[in-house]
Amino acid sequence: MATSSVSKGCFVFKPNFKKRKISVPIEDYFNKGKNASEDSKLRFETYQLIWQQMKSETERLQEELNKNLFDSLIEFLQTSHSGLWKNSEDWSCEIKLREIPTAALILGVNVTDHDLTLRSLTEVLQNNVTPYVVSLQAKDCPDMKHFLQKLVSQLMDCKVDVQSKEKESVQVIQKNVHYSMDSLSAWYMSVTQKTDPKMPRKKRTFSSQWQSPPVVLILKDMESFTTKVLQDFIIISSQHLHEFPLILIFGIATSPVVIHRLLPHAVSSLLCIELFQSLSCKEHLTTVLDKLLLTTQFPFKLSEKVLQILTNIFLYHDFSIQNFIKGLQLSLLEHFYSQPLSVLCCNLPEAKRRTHFLSANQCENIRRLPSFRRYVEKQSSQKQVALLTSDRSLKEETQSLLENLHVYHTNYFLVLRCLHQFTSSLPKYPLGRQIRELYCMCLEKNIWDSEEYASVLQLLRLLAKDELMAMLQNCFKVFQSSSAKELGNTAKKIEEFLAQFQSLDETKEEEDTSQLQSKGLQKTDLYHLQKSLLEMKELRSTSKRQTKFEVLREQVVSFVDSLVREYLLPPDTQPLHETLYFSSAHTLRQHLNAAPRIALHTALNNPYYYLKNEALRSEEGCIPNVAPDICIAYKLHLECSRLINLVDWSEAFATVVTAAEKMDANSVTSEERNEVIHARFIRAVSELELLGFIKPTKQKTDHVARLTWGGC
Amino acid sequence: MTSTLELKEDKMLKVQFVGDDDVLNHILDREGGPKVKKERAQLLLNTQKIIKKPENELEEDDQEVLKDQNYVEVLGQDVQESLKNGSATDGGNKVYPFQNRKHPEKMAKLGHSASDKSQLKNNDKSEFLSTAPRGLRKRLIVPRSHSDSESEYSASNSEDDEGVAQEYEEDTNEDILSQKIQAQNRVVSAPVCKGTPSKKMKRKKTSHLVEEYFEAHSSSKVLTSDRTLQKLKRAKLDQQTLHNLLSKVSPSFSAELKQLNQQHEQLFHKWMLQLHLGFNIVLYGLGSKRDLLERFRTTMLQDCIHIVINGFFPGISVKSILNSVTEVLDHMGTFRSVLDQLEWITNKFKEDSSLELFLLIHNLDSQMLRGDKSQQIIGQLSSLRNIYLIASIDHLNAPLMWDHAKQSLYNWLWYETTTYSHYTEETSYENSLLVKQSGSLPLSSLIHVLRSLTPNARGIFRLLIKYQLDNQDNPSYTGLCFQDFYQQCREAFLVNSDLTLRAQLTEFRDHKLIRTKKGTDGVEYLLIPVDNGILTDFLEKEEEES
Repeated sequence: MATSSVSKGCFVFKPNFKKRKISVPIEDYFNKGKNASEDSKLRFETYQLIWQQMKSETERLQEELNKNLFDSLIEFLQTSHSGLWKNSEDWSCEIKLREIPTAALILGVNVTDHDLTLRSLTEVLQNNVTPYVVSLQAKDCPDMKHFLQKLVSQLMDCKVDVQSKEKESVQVIQKNVHYSMDSLSAWYMSVTQKTDPKMPRKKRTFSSQWQSPPVVLILKDMESFTTKVLQDFIIISSQHLHEFPLILIFGIATSPVVIHRLLPHAVSSLLCIELFQSLSCKEHLTTVLDKLLLTTQFPFKLSEKVLQILTNIFLYHDFSIQNFIKGLQLSLLEHFYSQPLSVLCCNLPEAKRRTHFLSANQCENIRRLPSFRRYVEKQSSQKQVALLTSDRSLKEETQSLLENLHVYHTNYFLVLRCLHQFTSSLPKYPLGRQIRELYCMCLEKNIWDSEEYASVLQLLRLLAKDELMAMLQNCFKVFQSSSAKELGNTAKKIEEFLAQFQSLDETKEEEDTSQLQSKGLQKTDLYHLQKSLLEMKELRSTSKRQTKFEVLREQVVSFVDSLVREYLLPPDTQPLHETLYFSSAHTLRQHLNAAPRIALHTALNNPYYYLKNEALRSEEGCIPNVAPDICIAYKLHLECSRLINLVDWSEAFATVVTAAEKMDANSVTSEERNEVIHARFIRAVSELELLGFIKPTKQKTDHVARLTWGGC
Repeated sequence: MTSTLELKEDKMLKVQFVGDDDVLNHILDREGGPKVKKERAQLLLNTQKIIKKPENELEEDDQEVLKDQNYVEVLGQDVQESLKNGSATDGGNKVYPFQNRKHPEKMAKLGHSASDKSQLKNNDKSEFLSTAPRGLRKRLIVPRSHSDSESEYSASNSEDDEGVAQEYEEDTNEDILSQKIQAQNRVVSAPVCKGTPSKKMKRKKTSHLVEEYFEAHSSSKVLTSDRTLQKLKRAKLDQQTLHNLLSKVSPSFSAELKQLNQQHEQLFHKWMLQLHLGFNIVLYGLGSKRDLLERFRTTMLQDCIHIVINGFFPGISVKSILNSVTEVLDHMGTFRSVLDQLEWITNKFKEDSSLELFLLIHNLDSQMLRGDKSQQIIGQLSSLRNIYLIASIDHLNAPLMWDHAKQSLYNWLWYETTTYSHYTEETSYENSLLVKQSGSLPLSSLIHVLRSLTPNARGIFRLLIKYQLDNQDNPSYTGLCFQDFYQQCREAFLVNSDLTLRAQLTEFRDHKLIRTKKGTDGVEYLLIPVDNGILTDFLEKEEEES
């Protein structure tokens, strides 16, 4: 083979230039892979379109969510800075000026998302506060020298960005490699003085505010910096603060206490720290879900299982929005890749248009969809024939079904939000606190069949008036915000309910005090007394139900119930839902959350799982002796404890293998066969070593150590 | 012996004092016809019990009765006779209680008292005295009420018992002896073969991974047999023979394997697509994925720039990977550090978006690449938009290499590709194999290097080899001191000044044939870092040739 050698490990293959130019467009990989079905190009384009939209939407969301944080940060920077420079004349007498303004930014444990946040922060700062924004990572700065080196070189780069004409002079400065705080402040002086008169017009806004902009230093991962570097830097720069206006931003993943753990009091007293809390990632997730999935803006939908997997990975593994988005991207890709009818997964007018151009093959695909088959079975026989034979009527029907699906989704999300308003504040949250939990349940099955739903209704029947009204108000807002025609009267109905509740206030008092008291207690014997008491009790209980408020409440509850039953049907009841819903949760899990150890164990322990040969079929815990060598060796090694004697192992192996070979091998001499078996054993053992199950040990001659534990 | 006897008598007397009337009552109560025989059979055991635990006597009336009888018998002269009878008639009974007893040192004690009675020689007794404490000590640890610990317990005691049995081999009581030995054999042999399974069963009940771990690592002593490969004559195989032998093996399940491979090959297009969309692909699962990736390379990547990296190659490093990337980019010149190089590459790829590069890494988890820094750098490479990485991992714990940050750099999509192919290439390098294959490569390299040297240099090296072989049994041998070596070489007319010798040694050192070590006294010691067996082989070959 061209790629194996005993002298080198890297092999470069560089086809000649002309050949390389005709590179294959990505779409080609899209269709060739699976059954070369039509529309693949279209599908790929749709995928890219939707993905771009989703991506930009998430970025927009991210920006929006960070806006608050960034605004307050900018405000902090501006105030701290202006304070610094207002007194710039008499700085020497201001002891406070020794304190470096510091923003401690608590970003949460999802370290992978930090980069994105900090990058946009840098951008924002550069646009609004100062051109001098530097961000450092702990792994670049093992000591003070590297720290300053990085700082200086990045600062110079910032400079270059602002004014490219000064590039040469910057280069010169970079040449003399003496990095110290003195040189840095000298540089700063020269730069600010030099550039001030000829500041570009764009930057004038902030240069007019401050004669010299501050230098913002972002430490991306504060926890992993070496304490010494951090301390030294802070002490030194606090000495130079008057000539080098520095502002620090700490990126913190854990908790603010870490600042004091890293810095002794003497050092932390040089900082003027203010805390900033970034948005919690769970809220972030909720928003992303809300804007990407719980909307008709994007036709693509996730099935219950898929959504469950994605949220589980998020909640139990990393809290990373980026990974969640990655999962979303993968499911989008898988959907368009594997489902030929995903060509219809686009906005409604486009989908209708595309329906016209469906090929005969695609029409067959539609007919094969289980949901469509169920739909056809319900139709009259004439229509059935038409649908199954004529492509034209099929296409027409498909168009109307697609429209139905669209309407269904519009209503679905409205009602879902409405239901969420009702359930999200109930005690113990029987249907979950987050809308995503509710959504999952509704996707899975008919929600009204679940016990939780019953208990929700029960709890709703116990609500007080003001709570109920607040919920209704919220619902009303939800419905008003939408422009759905079908649910227009629902909003009206809610309004009516609200009005009725309002009017209840006046009438209520009179109602209560009427009746009842009229029957005074007469003198009777014990029997009659009891009887009349019982009657009264019954009367009271019935009359209690009869309160107007309660009647109204009952009406509201049944109204909500009817809404749910009508509109929150699970999507798999809808014909053609397969075109929009991605349901292959298994592939998603396999590719995102793989379990290599389990795969390895299964392959070794139960080869039948992979090699569908009847000879390998065996009951649990046993391994047939015809199995691949490595499986037999593995099985035998499981029976040993910490150390394994190679001789015993090899003999056991030989016994098992010869037992298997008795039937066929009699031509070769036994000696030769033994040698072959021994060679096979050696190979199996060295493969197990490569896989990390055993390692050579010197504790005892000819022994290997087992690296896993637990029996078979 | 006398002391024990006295002790016994003391206790007996005491017993009698307390329970005389009671005993009589009980005898009257209990003396039924059929029972007597049985009680007689138990007699031996009960004497033991009484001797050992006089506090029991008040609780157990039966025993008092027996003790009473026993007392008479012990005093009587025909003890041996009665003993014989008891064992002869109720042999089955006797064996049964032996096994059922919670304290197997009973056996020893039994023998002890028997010897008392039969008045054996003193040396026998001293043996017992030495063994008994061990039994007692063990009894303290193992509560006697634990019946389930019995098998292990008796197994651990088996040595003592066996000793006891052997002591009695000369005894006249052959019946008893044979039975005893049988019983012991049963007791001993059962745990030996059952020992581990029973433990395993127990473990399964409390199946807990952590506990299993500590159980596996708690005792420093591991019980394995002491057999070594040296006894097997086919133990040592070199690479070539191994290869030849294995080529004779006809592969099994080829149809199924082919099907598996075809399944994987269908994914090639998908991989290309996903690579282009910004994901990187990692393959896992049993079996070498080298052939699969190679097929992927030849079918899909013929028209693209790509680099194949054999992670299993012992000399691989991140530096060499980066070097080949810069080679692709036609860069001449060097970099100050790996990070500089990485930065340069990153900029280059960011500038030119038409540039595309595929990286195929076999065994990303290999010894040389699994380090944190290497992974970080490869991860950063792979996170570039126009570098596409497809890698394979094999090690059980490979995913532990990556923390969240690295995983997000890699942006993996996992693909399970179980192939069941043999790791031929991956294990072919000398250092990845078990000891028994070692030898062929150093030996051949030794011969190659030495052939290219002058006869004098060869002589010098041979001197060193001989010296080292002469000292191979000396555990504190640290090497040959330079001055001595120089003397020897001079005497053999191999060098004329220590400068020439040093020049030769530099040559050897460059080929890693010798190692120098500074001793505690500051003197240089020379050592050949090659196995002694290989050196002997080498000398033999040299002699053959000359």
